[in-house]
Amino acid sequence: MTLISAPVDNGINLQALLDAREALSDSPEAAEFQWRATCSWVNGTHSRTTVEGFRGLCEEQVHQTAFHYDVDHPLCFASEDHGPTPTEIVLVGLAGCLTAGVAAVAQRRGIQLRSVTATLTGDMSVLGVLGADPDIRNGFRGIEVHFDIDADAPPADVEALVAGSQKRSAVYDALTNPTPVTVSVN
Amino acid sequence: MRTTTVIIGAGHAGLAMSRRLTERSIDHVVLERGEVANSWRRERWPSLRLLTPNWQTRLPGAAYEGDDPDGFATMPEVIRFLQGFADLVAAPVRTQTAVTGLRTEGPGYEVATTQGVWRCDSVVLASGACNRPVIPDVATAVPPSVAMVTPMSYRGPETLDDRGVLVVGASATGVQLADEIHRSGRPVTLAAGEHVRLPRRYRGRDIFWWMERAGVLDQRHDEVDDLVRARHVPSPQLVGSPQRVTLDLNTLGARGVRIVGRLAGIAGGVAQFSGSLPNICKLADLKLNRLLDTFDAWAGAGGLDGEIDPPQRFAPTAVPSSDLTLDLRRADIGTVVWACGYRPDYSWLHVPVLDRKGRIVHDGGVVRDAPGVYLLGMPFLRRRRSSFISGADDDTRDLADHLQRRLAGRRIGTRLSAST
Repeated sequence: MTLISAPVDNGINLQALLDAREALSDSPEAAEFQWRATCSWVNGTHSRTTVEGFRGLCEEQVHQTAFHYDVDHPLCFASEDHGPTPTEIVLVGLAGCLTAGVAAVAQRRGIQLRSVTATLTGDMSVLGVLGADPDIRNGFRGIEVHFDIDADAPPADVEALVAGSQKRSAVYDALTNPTPVTVSVN
Repeated sequence: MRTTTVIIGAGHAGLAMSRRLTERSIDHVVLERGEVANSWRRERWPSLRLLTPNWQTRLPGAAYEGDDPDGFATMPEVIRFLQGFADLVAAPVRTQTAVTGLRTEGPGYEVATTQGVWRCDSVVLASGACNRPVIPDVATAVPPSVAMVTPMSYRGPETLDDRGVLVVGASATGVQLADEIHRSGRPVTLAAGEHVRLPRRYRGRDIFWWMERAGVLDQRHDEVDDLVRARHVPSPQLVGSPQRVTLDLNTLGARGVRIVGRLAGIAGGVAQFSGSLPNICKLADLKLNRLLDTFDAWAGAGGLDGEIDPPQRFAPTAVPSSDLTLDLRRADIGTVVWACGYRPDYSWLHVPVLDRKGRIVHDGGVVRDAPGVYLLGMPFLRRRRSSFISGADDDTRDLADHLQRRLAGRRIGTRLSAST
């Protein structure tokens, strides 16, 4: 008897990704993307950021809809808690990037995923941002990401999925390596 | 001057090709900017030994014949072997003849040199993959008080000043120099990006015994899943030493070398290291274990389990440091060693065969847009073995056959067109 296994489907269009890699390698200008966000102050520590347009594949692009993000601070910061803190938004970005990577790498390696849960923690002392201790940095002291993954693969292959995802993650790279940030004002 | 084939470079690859052409009665010269085995003579550090054991050193019709087949050749031994091979095969080497320009000329090629111009039907590029050390842009931010050396200019720890040393790069070169410099008493920080971890010995055998026997070195360029990646794998963390020691991040860390992440930038005299070191180490550990799994499976299938030591696994890489910065002045760093790899020098190559990244586009050494031009000695040129000396033995056999077939086709074509 031969068991015919169902084709691996993690909802990733692998062929499109492979084709894109091939095509963009030959025309690197099309691989240039610019991501954008526009933020308006609402009140206090509350702001609203809109993400809609971006540039890539040599032309202007738009999302299917505009996405809005309320960002604020919790009550214990004497704020009104209209949304997550900016630091939590950073965790959102990292989690989304690594999880997408896990799915893509799993598809490439023929691994069927059943469930993927990432739990992130980022530690910091707010004495930095409060300006109370110059020896403490403003940002995270460190970030920990824990994945719980149920998949049709031995543990070493699942570990390799997660390692491979980090290797190809834009946000992981942005957080682990310095990036020049230029801020201007009208 | 005219010949059928010009070989550029009298290192192991060029000399191997010379013998293949002589065997096929193909007229040729070998142009050499210096003398035979020039890079081995002038561009390597004194303590270097081959990564591959002596028994693996072979060129067409010649192999290591000394009394230490399991040893690792020193540079003088490599030079003696190559000079002996050049003499044995009577390679027509023109020494002190640097190529200054290669261009197309009619149906063939013109090779300009410091000793005149050659015209030929075909050209073999055997000038090597390691002509120029890679120095990253961030080098411009190194404070003037810090000296910078490359593996090509490095001549031993005693030539450095007594202060601390930052070694950038953890491939074979980086780990070897970090180890040697640390032993000299200079405190060493090693910045490690993506690397290949290998034990010197596994189950009682040299790691190259495994790679040879299990067929890893003979994997072909048209068999691997991702050739671009395969061609850019850094050299493994190995050293050839009489004691057959393993030299990985765990060994170095235990000895007191400070391991940090990939050098990501230098700002205001402060070096910044990537926070990705844990994943970099994890990737190397996973890859090592996958390789050992394939070795074990091969040994099991071949019935070798009784003959050799039982399978083993090595401790995961201990990621010892979360240091993300190093103030070069405060930490009293006197030298930065750029062990970031090498690039070939094609400044004399005036044939449009390079891709946008300056690499020659070729199919297993057959250069794509220049018929009659062949490439040797590049990582994974035709097989995983290609970057080792024995790779030149195998690659030159294939490419000399190709060159000969092409030549025969052209001659027949010429006769046919002459008779009509």
